[in-house]
Amino acid sequence: MAYSDKVIDHYNNPRNVGQLDKSSTEVGTGLVGAPECGDVMRLQIRVNPETQVIEEAKFKTFGCGSAIASSSLATEWIKGRSVDDALAIKNTDIVKELSLPPVKIHCSVLAEDAIRAAIGDWKKKNGVAETADAAAVAH
Amino acid sequence: MSTVTSNVEVPAGVKLPIYMDNHATSPLDPRVLEAMMPYFTDKFGNAASRNHSFGWEAEQAVETAREQIAKLIGATAKEIIFTSGATESDNLAIKGIAEMYRERGNHIITQVTEHKAVLDTCKRLEKHGYRVTYLPVKADGLIDLEDLKRAMDDKTILVSIMAANNEIGVLQPIREIGKLCHEKGVIFHTDAVQAVGKVPINVQTDNIDVLSLSGHKIYGPKGVGALYVRRRNPRVQIAAQIDGGGHERGMRSGTLNVPGIVGLGKACAIAMEEMDSEAAYLRGLRDRLKAKLESELDYVHVNGSWEHRLPGNLNMSFVYVEGESLLMGINDVAVSSGSACTSATLEPSYVLKALGLGDDVAHSSIRFGLGRFNTQAEVDYVAAKVIDIVKHLRQLSPLYEMVQDGIDLTKIQWAAH
Repeated sequence: MAYSDKVIDHYNNPRNVGQLDKSSTEVGTGLVGAPECGDVMRLQIRVNPETQVIEEAKFKTFGCGSAIASSSLATEWIKGRSVDDALAIKNTDIVKELSLPPVKIHCSVLAEDAIRAAIGDWKKKNGVAETADAAAVAH
Repeated sequence: MSTVTSNVEVPAGVKLPIYMDNHATSPLDPRVLEAMMPYFTDKFGNAASRNHSFGWEAEQAVETAREQIAKLIGATAKEIIFTSGATESDNLAIKGIAEMYRERGNHIITQVTEHKAVLDTCKRLEKHGYRVTYLPVKADGLIDLEDLKRAMDDKTILVSIMAANNEIGVLQPIREIGKLCHEKGVIFHTDAVQAVGKVPINVQTDNIDVLSLSGHKIYGPKGVGALYVRRRNPRVQIAAQIDGGGHERGMRSGTLNVPGIVGLGKACAIAMEEMDSEAAYLRGLRDRLKAKLESELDYVHVNGSWEHRLPGNLNMSFVYVEGESLLMGINDVAVSSGSACTSATLEPSYVLKALGLGDDVAHSSIRFGLGRFNTQAEVDYVAAKVIDIVKHLRQLSPLYEMVQDGIDLTKIQWAAH
């Protein structure tokens, strides 16, 4: 399979690899996928409590090159966005940006799930009501 | 087009990309090509033409090849039937025997890690009133002979068990299987595509009645294979699956692929000469590759029996790294992965799953298939490259990090996906 230049770029130079302090109230953690399925993404955000802007985002991914690129791209996109803005990111945006082929669409879905799971975790910690949208992550 | 970057230097004399997937197919040996060439041009005759020199010449070449093949497996020339390849050989053997011995019984025994050419053929027969037992394998990939004994009943007509597995390279105990079959009066077929020419196979001492082999796995051409069919003690009969001119003693009609057959014969003759030294050479390369990988990486393990294995096979899991991402990083090396992501089904290798490996370990596997033309410098480069990429990917792997932190991954409630 041929990978797009952007997928290869993220694979070679993944952005925002690492972890944030899970116990901090400012940090939300999303862990999605399963080892049996060949994809696990962990995406974390640190949200400014005053502005509700995502100031930091980190990820680690076990998965194919497209899964790595999808999650790397997701961290790039959500950094600097407000929590609500970040929820507006759709998997189809990721598919388009990375030119993912049909068999790799599930990688982008997983990245969207990871964003939602991380934000959901942060909201739960901070007593922010879940939006109907974010609650519908069950997948 | 961007390429995946790496810090690993390419040693002098190594040409990229490196081919290390010799279980999938092998390059044509130049000596084989040379033997074949005249049969594409001047010597184009039909081996079935009995009344002119063109036909005689072709027939002579075919008979020489038949002898070369027979010699490699301890058979006689008359017991060799030419086919288009091992898939056809497997189909002809299993369907042909099932049809011929239908009155004696309808039970067939095979095992779960067979090639699809055997498994899907058996599945089709199940739709036509045959009963098939699929034996499990142990964690080392080998069947348990006690299971085989227990599975046999008075309706069993055929046992089909491969000699060497195409993914994990393990060698089934065919001699003991054949012995059991002969004691019970059951026909023993073996798909020996990966084993012929790599390890000694002798249809007499190994008690084999029917055997499938292929040209392109032994540095011969694609599109040609053979089926050995025992003529005495016992004489095995096979119902033809392709009707026509009655070629190949009526078992397989169709004009013979003379250049292909000449190539298959030559490939067998070379294997006969060089098998011992080549096996030692490949074992050396394989052990070197394994030792290098194990010295630099943790959480790696070999899939399948190490003792009972083809000399050129190394199937390894690099746990906490997904196979396709690893292949992407070593894209100048041709190998295979058992990962789901490399297949259309998103299901990891059924062979690895049959060993009882978790899907996560199956997703992390790479098959290195070393062959006649691989060099030590290539092995060194591949090892360095794999080590480099696995380390890179493990820095990205949440699973690797969690395990390092002492988290038991099996205790985590993963979101079903």
